[in-house]
Amino acid sequence: MAHPALAQAFVDNRERAQWHDKALWFVREKRDRMASSVPEWELLRETASNIKRHTQSRMAEYLEQFEANATKNGIVVHWAADAHEHNEIVLSILRRHSVKRLVKSKSMLTEECHLNPFLEEHGIDVVDSDLGERIVQLRKETPSHIVLPAIHIRKEEVGECFHEHLGTEKGASDPNYLTEAARNHLRERFCRADAGLTGVNFAIAETGGIVICTNEGNADLGVGLPKIHIACMGMEKLLPRAKDLSVFLRLLARSATGQPVTTYSSHFHGPQPGCEMHVVIVDNGRSEILKSPEFRRSLDCIRCGACMNTCPVYRRSGGHSYEATVPGPIGSILTPLQTPEKHNTLPFACTLCGSCTDVCPVKIDLHQQLFTLRELLDNKRLIGTSKKLSMKVVSGVMSRTWLFNLLGGIARASLRFMPRFLIYNPLNAWGKQRDLPDAPKQSFRQQYAERQKQKGGGKS
Amino acid sequence: MIAKAPKSSRETILAKIRAALPQSAPLPELEATGPWQTFEDREARFSEVLKFVGGQTVHVKTVAEADAHLRTLEPWAKGKVRCTMVPGLGDTTFDLKAINDPHQLENVDYAVLRGHFCVAENGAIWVTDDTVHHRVLYFIPQHISLVVPASQIVNNMHEAYARIRIGEHRFAGFISGPSKTADIEQSLVIGAHGARSLTVYLIDEL
Repeated sequence: MAHPALAQAFVDNRERAQWHDKALWFVREKRDRMASSVPEWELLRETASNIKRHTQSRMAEYLEQFEANATKNGIVVHWAADAHEHNEIVLSILRRHSVKRLVKSKSMLTEECHLNPFLEEHGIDVVDSDLGERIVQLRKETPSHIVLPAIHIRKEEVGECFHEHLGTEKGASDPNYLTEAARNHLRERFCRADAGLTGVNFAIAETGGIVICTNEGNADLGVGLPKIHIACMGMEKLLPRAKDLSVFLRLLARSATGQPVTTYSSHFHGPQPGCEMHVVIVDNGRSEILKSPEFRRSLDCIRCGACMNTCPVYRRSGGHSYEATVPGPIGSILTPLQTPEKHNTLPFACTLCGSCTDVCPVKIDLHQQLFTLRELLDNKRLIGTSKKLSMKVVSGVMSRTWLFNLLGGIARASLRFMPRFLIYNPLNAWGKQRDLPDAPKQSFRQQYAERQKQKGGGKS
Repeated sequence: MIAKAPKSSRETILAKIRAALPQSAPLPELEATGPWQTFEDREARFSEVLKFVGGQTVHVKTVAEADAHLRTLEPWAKGKVRCTMVPGLGDTTFDLKAINDPHQLENVDYAVLRGHFCVAENGAIWVTDDTVHHRVLYFIPQHISLVVPASQIVNNMHEAYARIRIGEHRFAGFISGPSKTADIEQSLVIGAHGARSLTVYLIDEL
């Protein structure tokens, strides 16, 4: 199904849609408070953007440097051209050590590669350990947000899910109680795991190490107990120098959840004594995006989720309506670039309001890319006929002054005099959840002409 | 299907990246003393932010004073399995050196650990694995204290990175507050998977 249809289903539950909207706006407001409390915020964004731009321009060199330094640190580095190869590499490491139970912390890359179902097919027990991810895993869903995977689920529903799977009391929905139950359940899983798998927030070329940021401490528990640590990273996670982290760690949590920094910002530079550490570097379409001057900056994304929290479409349509690993504005760029046929409606799930661009900590020109992407889809003939037809009509009207004036006059008169049921009919999508503003008596053109005349009259 | 050899994927990926050729751009200089946020009273700022993220700061003159304070904390007093990395501050109820497998630390109730310095802007403390036998000690105990010399508070992350040598330790990191989650309806819950509480002792004579 396309985004409009799925979004329709989401907004049909009006109460839930409004609750979802508010929950995300709350996070956006927290982000604003944090951003405005740092006087050099804009300079940090600019610096982060410049560091990323530089890194892209020497990506190959830095990847080689990272590989060489990581290898010196005792880390085994693997390269995967696509999702399939990534999954095979992970499986082969697990098989070599006869791993039965794997504990994972959050990694959008492994979601992108559909690693969990692949490993489960091969008999490996996979447990997601981030609380939100565990909730969606138990409910057999996918995350609806990259930082807040269970943002679409009400606490009563979490209560039901935990009652069924973890044996919590029926009807219990207190977040403290439910989190405590998950803590005890997952502690046991942490202690039994044979291997831990994590994502990567940042990889440092200069030192050959990786940084993982969490609030729960699940990544650290997940890799601190078993003998095998596998970290999976998209190649764009790279930074040249350790000190670049100062800029990115200042931006990440403030943008993501409105915290001064994540609770745990862990720097890994090699395995524990007697253990193994692996890093899998994944391309999976990224080098294609890097080729394109219009879209390569979308690879700068540090996955903070700020663009989702602020997006009026995301907040009101829910993450699942995008049918993409990464939803929201950034996902509406990255996903159609990979699968334009399936995701051709995503660049239109956007009002071009530009709020995403305003909050992006690495200054990706999100709304401009979304606009450019529409053109690309048009060139590929991937825009639906109803959309194309309406665009043709609008363009026909806009290019004929007389027709524009005529229709404007009719519209102004109709809005004032037509009975309500005729205006708010099923064809008027704009009037579905709100009243249209009062129509002015005159057009802008008329008002302007009159004003000029008055001005002119005053002078003479 | 024949699996591709990892070596060839490496070459393919690097060749593709080299062919993409984004325009070159300079790497920004990053000075520790750049136009970054500083604070008149670094300790006051640190304590305020740490409180905001759910931790508490206790400033004392000596290790003995910190020890006396620690003994008043309920999680410490009630904890049956405890350990300390700071002689004279708390006690160790088991033979830490005999532990070979980090799984044996599963039941630790309270750990007193060393931190190197604090960051005023975000309430973070820098920790490294050379001060503990197992890195998981920062994460697995029910409660932890971090002990830092009171003089060691930097303004911001730029100053922080200027004084640490990244890569020197296989594990190192910033810890800011106890573990937490807001994954259920955005309600903040302290004590997700890691420590349920964090008390930072700033000690003058350490």
